[in-house]
Amino acid sequence: MRTFPGGVHPFEGKLYTEKKKIEKLPRPKQVTIPLQQHIGAPTKPLVEKGQEVKAGEKLSEAEGYVSVPVHASVSGKIKAIEDIDHPVAGRGSAVIIEANETEEWIETIKADEKYQDLSADEMRKRIQEGGLAGLGGATFPTHVKLKPPEDKKIDVALLNGVECEPYLTADHRLMLEYPQDIIRGFRIIMKILGVKRGIIGIEKNKKDAAEVIKKQIAGETGMEVMVLPVKYPQGAEKQLIKAALNREVPSGGLPMDIGALVQNVGTAKAIYDAVSSHRPLIERVVTVTGPGIKEPKNLLIPIGAHFQDIIDFCGGLTEKAAKIIMGGPMMGIAQPNLKVPVIKGTSGILVLEERQAHLPVEEPCINCGRCVEVCPSHLLPTTLQRLVYHERFEDAGKLHLMDCIECGSCSYICPANRYLVQSIRHGKKQLLQLRKKAG
Amino acid sequence: MSDAPEKLLLSSSSPHVRDSDSIPKIMWTVNVAMIPALIMAFYFFGPKALWITLLAVVSAVLTEGIIYKLAKQPSRIQDGSAVITGILLAFNLPASAPWWMPVAGSVFAIAIVKALFGGLGNNILNPALAARAFLLASWPVEMTASWVAPREGTISGINGITSATPLNLLKQSATIIASPENFEPSQVQAAQNAIANLSSSYTNLLIGNVGGCIGETSVIALLIGALIMFYRHAISWHVPFTYIGTVAFFSWIFGGSEGLFTGNWIFHILSGGLILGAFYMATDMVSSPVSHKGQMIFGVGCGILTVTIRIWGGYPEGVSYAIILMNLTVPLIDRYTVPSVFGEVRKK
Repeated sequence: MRTFPGGVHPFEGKLYTEKKKIEKLPRPKQVTIPLQQHIGAPTKPLVEKGQEVKAGEKLSEAEGYVSVPVHASVSGKIKAIEDIDHPVAGRGSAVIIEANETEEWIETIKADEKYQDLSADEMRKRIQEGGLAGLGGATFPTHVKLKPPEDKKIDVALLNGVECEPYLTADHRLMLEYPQDIIRGFRIIMKILGVKRGIIGIEKNKKDAAEVIKKQIAGETGMEVMVLPVKYPQGAEKQLIKAALNREVPSGGLPMDIGALVQNVGTAKAIYDAVSSHRPLIERVVTVTGPGIKEPKNLLIPIGAHFQDIIDFCGGLTEKAAKIIMGGPMMGIAQPNLKVPVIKGTSGILVLEERQAHLPVEEPCINCGRCVEVCPSHLLPTTLQRLVYHERFEDAGKLHLMDCIECGSCSYICPANRYLVQSIRHGKKQLLQLRKKAG
Repeated sequence: MSDAPEKLLLSSSSPHVRDSDSIPKIMWTVNVAMIPALIMAFYFFGPKALWITLLAVVSAVLTEGIIYKLAKQPSRIQDGSAVITGILLAFNLPASAPWWMPVAGSVFAIAIVKALFGGLGNNILNPALAARAFLLASWPVEMTASWVAPREGTISGINGITSATPLNLLKQSATIIASPENFEPSQVQAAQNAIANLSSSYTNLLIGNVGGCIGETSVIALLIGALIMFYRHAISWHVPFTYIGTVAFFSWIFGGSEGLFTGNWIFHILSGGLILGAFYMATDMVSSPVSHKGQMIFGVGCGILTVTIRIWGGYPEGVSYAIILMNLTVPLIDRYTVPSVFGEVRKK
């Protein structure tokens, strides 16, 4: 089976939830919807405190092309627009909605039987209006990604069903339960890009999903399912392209430089919803899991729902719960409290116990070379860390510091418990600042 | 909505999970892997072999403990790295060594070669090998003059030849054959016989029924340990295979007394400290290159130097010096073997 060079095999942890059907989180009493949930320009609010809004109503306007609006995920009254704890940015402005008794929806959400006849631009318009940003976690505005510059010819689209992060099963369940929507969304992606070839990449630990998707594409032309061996970080864009197509995205470049484009399966479903029925991105599937959760579940959750409400619905935390992570254990972001809301990029809520969460003491590097062996970008993590420790950021840059995809495989594998990717992350920020200063 | 309990405030940068392997696990794997060779040493050379090993280990660990105390650093002696140094040093001494030699060697290895350069992870040379070189330079007679014959066998591994270790025998014979005019005809005849009979020692070399340093003689025991280390990822194949392969290749080309391509490469692999050196000492992570490419260059370099010393050098055996010399080249090798980054655009 084809794969990419490097990578690690962390404890998969998917047993907690992989057999659990997607449940709907009961309508929360209050949601907090951050104005920025994507990478790119911020959005400015269209609503005011005290105003009544319907579910699906646009709350903010994108400021600039690389930006997407946010929408109300419940109907109700705007309680406040204020700074809150943001799960990614630390702090950020958000619209807080107090839900009313019965859900009222905006009227524009209705099925468009003839969506397939739309032009690429019209489709992209609906995707942009729907507020779509990559659901895999990177949250790059989808309409921008789907409009590569004229000189970049895309010849193959990839659908990312790899879900290589341990514990997470949201994409897995989505493929099992919504294969039709996903494939219709993928067809829209292929149509927008004008590509004839589409590959759906799925790791071997989700054979059932691969079978379901295979059945779903039986009548489709140009689509194939590729089953890949289990290895982290195969779901990273560059690694998936390498595994599926044996093409390498050039250092510092983008997938479109080599004629490829990757979208996550969750994004594909959201694309279908937005294009076929004007449905904005106001809910998503989140895996709530880990040894620190009493009843792990896969949940369909309105954007803006608070971690606390979600965890309460999952039976609460166990005695030994010690760390709350948005996302998976390899690249997820540890959260300071449970007031933070679910955003478009929230693929999971993982609760670890003390034994996993404790921070080990860094020991001397014994030069074992394991970090070098597992680095999917072929870097020298231990050397980069040394340079960063000595604040030699430019020298680290010469050793391709900026090519680090921050997958964390180096820190994971290090027998000396060194904070390798963490140091590299710090170094990248410093180097960017230095380069900015230098102009 | 209730506030999160205090203990949930544990927050850090990803990744949030780590592999369970650790430095102590790697080090103790190597220690366990050396037990088969130690058992064989005990069998062939008697309790003296164990005694020397024990002295070396205790001195190494004590020295390290004292240094941590003096440096006011948290003690790390339980990580097993000083134990490795002690065992490896003992493995590189003859069973006839006086009691103070393993002690002096271990103190030198830990205090000078390891601690003075910054302790674990920072030593440039393999501590055990550097200590062996120190002992060899300081007390050459004690290090090489009196080999202990193995139980039931001969020092050479060949019946009837009792004077020299296998590699010594090879060296002496090769010297005699190279300039027969300087020797008695009977000596020349004996040398030719010895060379012709090298293959009769294979079995003895495999099980370790020959003279030599404590831990280097039993090829089978060392290979069993190597398998343990492979299985536990304490070593990779890159250094040992390139090292041994290079020795085999060049000793086949240059090692014969009847011209090129007549060398007995099997004998070269099985005798001396090559197996011990290639699997247990050249693979020392700290003093070998970090990338696989670098490790293979390192292995080839060790092989070339070993053959050079064995065939043209003044010593019968070259493994220790070969590895020490290659240790010194590691920063250079690392510098020139930086892997090309994923998606590197080739300059046209």
